[in-house]
Amino acid sequence: MSATSQLIHGWEVVIGLEIHCQLDTQSKIFSGSATTFGAEPNTQASLIDLALPGTLPVLNREVVNKAIRFGLGIDAEIGRASVFARKNYFYPDLPKGYQISQMDHPIVGKGHIDIVLEDGTSKRIGITRAHLEEDAGKSLHEDYAGMSGIDLNRAGTPLLEIVSEPDMRSVGEAVAYVRAMHTLVRWLGISDGNMAEGSFRCDCNVSIRKPGQPFGTRCELKNINSFRFIERAINAEIERQIDLIEGGGKVIQQTRLYDPNKDETRAMRSKEEANDYRYFPDPDLLPVHVSDREIDTIRAALPELPVARKARFECAYALSEYDARILNSSRELADFYESALTVAGAAQAKPVANWVMGDLLGALNKAEKELADSPVTPTQLGGLVARIADNTISGKIAKVVFTEMMQGGGESADQIIEAKGLKQETDTGAIEAIIRDVIAANEKMVEEYRAGKEKAFNGLVGQIMKASKGKANPGQVNELLKKLLDA
Amino acid sequence: MTELHHLSIRELSQGLTAKQFSSVELTQHYLTRIDRIDQSLNSYITVTHDLALAQAQAADQLRAAGQAGVLSGIPIAHKDIFCTTGVRTSAGSKMLDNFISPYNATVVAQCLDAGLVMLGKTNMDEFAMGSSNENSYYGAALNPWNTSRVPGGSSGGSAVAVAADLAPFATATDTGGSIRQPAAFCGLTGLKPTYGRVSRFGMIAYASSLDQGGPIARSAEDCAYLLQAMAGHDAKDSTSVSQPVEDYLAALQTSNPDKPLQGLRIGLPRQYLADGLDPDVKARVEDALKVMESLGATLVWIDLTTTDAAIPAYYLIAPAEASSNLSRYDGVRFGYRCDAPKDLMDLYTRSRTEGFGEEVQRRILIGTYALSAGYYDAYYVKAQKIRRLIQNDFLEAFEQCDVIAGPTAPTAAYALGAKKDPVAMYLGDIYTIAVNLAGLPAISAPVGFDTSYHDKEGIDHDHCPPLPVGLQLIGPYWSEARLLSVIYHYQQHSDWHKARALETTATQGVTA
Repeated sequence: MSATSQLIHGWEVVIGLEIHCQLDTQSKIFSGSATTFGAEPNTQASLIDLALPGTLPVLNREVVNKAIRFGLGIDAEIGRASVFARKNYFYPDLPKGYQISQMDHPIVGKGHIDIVLEDGTSKRIGITRAHLEEDAGKSLHEDYAGMSGIDLNRAGTPLLEIVSEPDMRSVGEAVAYVRAMHTLVRWLGISDGNMAEGSFRCDCNVSIRKPGQPFGTRCELKNINSFRFIERAINAEIERQIDLIEGGGKVIQQTRLYDPNKDETRAMRSKEEANDYRYFPDPDLLPVHVSDREIDTIRAALPELPVARKARFECAYALSEYDARILNSSRELADFYESALTVAGAAQAKPVANWVMGDLLGALNKAEKELADSPVTPTQLGGLVARIADNTISGKIAKVVFTEMMQGGGESADQIIEAKGLKQETDTGAIEAIIRDVIAANEKMVEEYRAGKEKAFNGLVGQIMKASKGKANPGQVNELLKKLLDA
Repeated sequence: MTELHHLSIRELSQGLTAKQFSSVELTQHYLTRIDRIDQSLNSYITVTHDLALAQAQAADQLRAAGQAGVLSGIPIAHKDIFCTTGVRTSAGSKMLDNFISPYNATVVAQCLDAGLVMLGKTNMDEFAMGSSNENSYYGAALNPWNTSRVPGGSSGGSAVAVAADLAPFATATDTGGSIRQPAAFCGLTGLKPTYGRVSRFGMIAYASSLDQGGPIARSAEDCAYLLQAMAGHDAKDSTSVSQPVEDYLAALQTSNPDKPLQGLRIGLPRQYLADGLDPDVKARVEDALKVMESLGATLVWIDLTTTDAAIPAYYLIAPAEASSNLSRYDGVRFGYRCDAPKDLMDLYTRSRTEGFGEEVQRRILIGTYALSAGYYDAYYVKAQKIRRLIQNDFLEAFEQCDVIAGPTAPTAAYALGAKKDPVAMYLGDIYTIAVNLAGLPAISAPVGFDTSYHDKEGIDHDHCPPLPVGLQLIGPYWSEARLLSVIYHYQQHSDWHKARALETTATQGVTA
């Protein structure tokens, strides 16, 4: 499906997303407990996380700084006096019987993010708001002989809930938006974005309408935690709503769950059954005041943002939109590219891009490694490209050097070339000597060539390259062989 | 020698320093009295005999090592709303009857640091909701002046323990008058500090924006000693304020002993001395004001026009916060859990229905209603606006006076069971509640007795010993030192605070 807005059986799709993004902090939002994933149940739950009588929350200011960082990253208004509110409901893994969240005065107000669609065009998506809240614990329904276990390690983990406008008109746009957000939060260093561990989860609000009509009734698909499932869940829901309406039915406002096994969404609860959360300002916490100076300090420490950096790559390095987009899919990759480019020299922008996107990412993917764990450093890769550029080695030999680098020994291209004797032969006399030997040993091929069989020429080149152990400069070989044969 | 339990805090400190008695002897003396007397007064929910003696012994050792502080070795009782490590902390509720706190409230830790010896945990209205102590799961504490009367609430146990000399002083909390009103009913001095002066960490929440801990003691001087130990900024309580703590004892000194209140302007709200005020209470308050005038103070009439709005606003805001604060008592992690729940909803419903008393359930319902969609603006938001008006009312008043004086409660202590209608009981908080809504400090001190309540109530004269009457002084923010000093100078020129319930009267079934 194309990423651009399109009608499905005459229906226009309207999508808005709520993303819950876990902020990457050492301790929880209102207690000193650690936030490490995967610890033994309830070993990271303090008196405060357990909501013992008499305990009180104290805001971890680092969480606010990260939220402001995000707000500046989407060009949003920052709430100068944001207020924590209590969202009241009973659930066994919600220890206080309320979740501390933000309602009327969120830390991040209206902003926007630009997404790039598959055809390379971009679209601006409005962000309604982003607010801070604490995560709940986890209910474990297995292994307790008919009872449920409660693990409160996650209770109090800081979350930023990012609410978009209903600006997306296709599944492709929704996925592009989620990807852009995922890139941004990691880019800003405020979240690890780990979807498998639940650090980045998505609620999708989906409705359909005839073009030009008011918004249809929406359904909310809860807690989707992979790009693939977002796409599938929304598609399943669109199909359900179209079938429903075209069959004479009506969509009712509901919260639904996506079942990946059956590829369908199922109703969780309807609006009528929804809780009255009885929000009110939390009297245990003061409003969070943010000064101009704090904002300026955080702004000054912001990295160049993905959209700006991508544009610079296209302009300064003459890279294609595609190359620039891939290289800016994460800050680490863009950093890697520019570091390697510094070493290789500005003229090597395209070759370095090719090496990073092709060989490096391919090899890492094959080795199942993240860029952060890459055995090859930017300096190594840049040095390698430089040696191709100055004809020290051929592109083919470079692959050998790169494979060696991937072993993780840390040697530079020069060291590997030297140690393995891979330096390209460019001495005309030496190449000529090899060519004369090959001509002498392959009279039949030479005759065929002279009889007009061009293919024989390539055979000879192959023999020469083999005899030189690949080190002869291919250009020179071609030129000299032709000269000697035609002489 | 005077009885140990008749000594003031200063005298206890001096006696310990002079080695006239040890902390172990002093503590044992109080424990013996508690064992002998408290079964007829019910002021303690838990008495910590062994822990108290161990702490006393440690205090004596500290003193022997020359490291004792002013309060080292002096016994204290804590309201059972403050969490105490290893000791049941019930908040007067069946819900927490089985709750042994794994940590100390900041106030408790500060008292321990000061060397105070904990005798036990005092009785209170369940979760501090009540004005008579009758809402305690453990039964009401009884007023030692007349055990057919309520001691006031919610800190009734703390007041009774001090009034009956079962503790030299006690911690308490005040959400709508819960320190001042029992102090008034029991003939004691009690201070509710500025909101944010005393840490709320470890103090079981009733209404977070109103709750404040403070001392109940015999005199302003004794209160000053305890407030000094309780006050201070606490990083664990975001609403605690990093205002420097004054030297409350030093502030009691005066350079003008003849006219120590010279220049003090005392505001008298017309609305506080109006209809509904018992004539005896009014007379005692006026007597006390005359004494203050004789010490140099001047009286000015002021208006607090929002007075009538305070009770309705309070009974929306406090229950709203309480309905949320008490959600954690769900039978899942600690506290009461019903037998054999058949599902989650049953666990919640029965644990809370069986674990909470009637008044607590009433306030949870009121609060839940006030916060509900469609009612929130009309009730909670409106009440918050009124709260702001009340605050402004006080701030304007303080442009004309330095402190505001009036009665603490409209009557002296009423009979147990007399206020079965909850609204009738709520109305008794008319003078105290606005202070919490505004976050101001206020003190209640004894100013005499109501000796004719039997005539007013038409009951037999024989069983009617006099009942104490309290005067309330309200001050601007952070004026604790001023309030203590005004009452201190009044007490230097009056003896009401020296009257002792168990000596003054032949209380039914109670002997000293």
